Amino acid sequence: MTIYILKRLGLALLVALFVSFVSFLMLRTAGDPAIAMAGEGASAADIEYIRQQFGFDDPLLIQYTNWLSGALAGDLGQSTYFSIPVAELLAERLPITMILGACALTFSILLAVPLGVIAAVRSNSMIDRMALSISVFGQALPNFWFALMLILILSIWLPLLPPSGNESWVHFIMPTLVLGYYSTPAVMRLTRSGTLEVLQSDYIRTAKAKGLAPWRVLFKHALRNAIIPVVSLSAVQFGYMLGGSIIIESIFALNGIGQLAWESISRADLPTVQAIVLVLSMIYVLLNLFGDLLNAWLDPRIRVA
Amino acid sequence: MKTKLAIVALLLTIASGTAFGGKSDDTLNIAWGGELATLDRYYNVLREGIIAGRLVWDSLLFKDPETLEFKPLLAKSYTFVDETTMDFELRQGVTFHNGEPFDADDVVYTLNYVSNPDNGVLTQRNVNWIAGVEKLDQYKVRLKMKAPTPIALELLAGPLLIYPNEYYAEVGPEGMGKNPVGTGPYMVEKFDPSVSTTFIRNDNYFDGSPKGKPQIAKIVQRTIPDRNTQIAELLSGRVDWIWKVPADQAARLEEQQDITVSNRQTLRIGYLSFDSSNRTGNNSPVNNPLVRKAIAHAIDRDAIVQSLVGGNSVVVHSACHPEQFGCTEDVATYEYNPEKAKQLLAEAGYPDGFTIDFHAYRNRPYAEAIMGFLQAVGINTNLVYLKYAALRDKVYAGEIDFDFMTWGSYSFHDVSAITSHFFKATKDDYARDEKLVMALKLGDESVDPEIRRKAYADALKRIADNAYWLPLWTYNVYYAFGAELDFKASADEIPRFYMAKWK
Repeated sequence: MTIYILKRLGLALLVALFVSFVSFLMLRTAGDPAIAMAGEGASAADIEYIRQQFGFDDPLLIQYTNWLSGALAGDLGQSTYFSIPVAELLAERLPITMILGACALTFSILLAVPLGVIAAVRSNSMIDRMALSISVFGQALPNFWFALMLILILSIWLPLLPPSGNESWVHFIMPTLVLGYYSTPAVMRLTRSGTLEVLQSDYIRTAKAKGLAPWRVLFKHALRNAIIPVVSLSAVQFGYMLGGSIIIESIFALNGIGQLAWESISRADLPTVQAIVLVLSMIYVLLNLFGDLLNAWLDPRIRVA
Repeated sequence: MKTKLAIVALLLTIASGTAFGGKSDDTLNIAWGGELATLDRYYNVLREGIIAGRLVWDSLLFKDPETLEFKPLLAKSYTFVDETTMDFELRQGVTFHNGEPFDADDVVYTLNYVSNPDNGVLTQRNVNWIAGVEKLDQYKVRLKMKAPTPIALELLAGPLLIYPNEYYAEVGPEGMGKNPVGTGPYMVEKFDPSVSTTFIRNDNYFDGSPKGKPQIAKIVQRTIPDRNTQIAELLSGRVDWIWKVPADQAARLEEQQDITVSNRQTLRIGYLSFDSSNRTGNNSPVNNPLVRKAIAHAIDRDAIVQSLVGGNSVVVHSACHPEQFGCTEDVATYEYNPEKAKQLLAEAGYPDGFTIDFHAYRNRPYAEAIMGFLQAVGINTNLVYLKYAALRDKVYAGEIDFDFMTWGSYSFHDVSAITSHFFKATKDDYARDEKLVMALKLGDESVDPEIRRKAYADALKRIADNAYWLPLWTYNVYYAFGAELDFKASADEIPRFYMAKWK
């Protein structure tokens, strides 16, 4: 098991480095970072000055190697826009995104799992179709549009919630709904199919034959097994949510890592963009690993395999 | 049910911790999109940084946004000793927000510090013309320029803000960026980088400042990147002022009784640039002046302004903004005439038209409208739509035959900020016309207004005669704010909140 974990961790590092290298190249080919930093309308002299000051005139490979050697030593560099260490910037912004992701995932599970269970218990009925429609609706809605509609309804027509900011928990309600609702269908479908499969298995038939109450059969015997793949999926969904927060954070002016990514790309703050890509890809790979390990812990058959 | 809903609303409002401002508590809540990482004006390039800078600091001179007249601000008076030397007599009795008295030492320290390239001021254009500043006495300084600089007054009335020497020497750009200290009409109470800034009125702001005494007690700025969210904040009454509202949204906001929408033309103009000198080496059709003139005749700029650009924008014919010093519209013009365009194309040897790459980076609908007009006379265009940095990179590298771009002249009311930038053998210059370069040099290196006007007029006529550029239209900005706010916008896109007041 230890070797397996170490192998996966090594793989995570390789994936993160590969992603960071690709993102580095893509950012460079999208235009001269000195021009983006100097802003629209800057003079040629100003652009040249910035290019020299930040070493953008060095060959690409040297620039990347310089960054990589620093990153491997734990130094993610200095933000060219914010003029503070990138690690400090990430430490300040990451918690907001993590909170948003955790809230959205909780909301998604709280909505999707009951819907999935109900749909499975009443499969092929009107209730099943309604449950499916409710969850699929979430995925069909473009999240930026859904966000704006929520703002329109909950902030303007019924002025109940603030449209933007992250000063209090109230500011997280709408972003949570938007981000969480979007990932509901995947969790709901998996819960439904898992529950349906388990409900048809022999041990459930035995449990029913023993005269156990239907709710006891469902929650004590069926759900524990049906929920195993949902755990793994939830870990992946959490990774998606961190990445997907870029648009949501911009709309709701949440000062998290998503908004930081957007701003850093716009301002060609390359050390920050590279650090964000590295951190997010590491988180994503680690979440996958966490999901697998959790599955193994919940289901001894996986451990044996 | 209603009672329950009201209780929920109340609880949510309390939980959100939002302090609703406005006239009732003399707090102006503003929102913009740019994230300010530092308030030190010399180390940020955002327009929002310029706006904040004018609240906190003063410069030696002040440009009246209405009359464009230069007035003394921290200086009491100024004189040109010769073409490269200026003497300033400074205002007495002014103090910085931290109590440090303002005098010649502050001016000498600030201007010598920022003009030293080792100190890494980001916009070198603003400072690299200064040779040095010396103290003549406690309230007199002498500024030496490296060469005659006609836009010296613009710079001294704009980006060159004066810092307290002792404080800046102690805290440096980082400390000034977080805890700014100036002489300006507002002091910074709280700065949360990239999130918000709270300014409070400087009740000790000196009498006689052309900026006037600040009226509103507190200004709370919040960063909201998304325009739709900004509008939602305005509609919900949590924000009193926003800007750069899209034209279609502005029209809807105008229908709201408690919101005022205003539109102001800016110094930005759009233009089509042609590779007149075959700089790319592509032997492009636009090397031919007849083709360039044909393109100019083919596009109905008035129609695009009316139907797409909107606001107070107007068509321009000269390679400058009509409000800029030295700009003249008395140049060759190319009216919309597709038949004439076809005739010119035939004369140029393209009776059946041609196909060309057309580069753009913003206002895609405008670019597509231009393409439509060109297609009507037989010119087929492949739109290459790039990010600004990528397109500018290609322009500098001499790789672009034909593009649609815009220029804001750094908000300077002087043609040297646009015409000289593009046609004085710079990296942006695709005309490479020596006579044009000579005329612009004459204008740029003289401080005699008449010599300058004449030189620029010659240059602008030459540009229009040869259709090196096709100037398109001016741009405009929509502002939306609470009806109780008395706010006037200016062409330089620098909202002056110190002049705002409640009705």
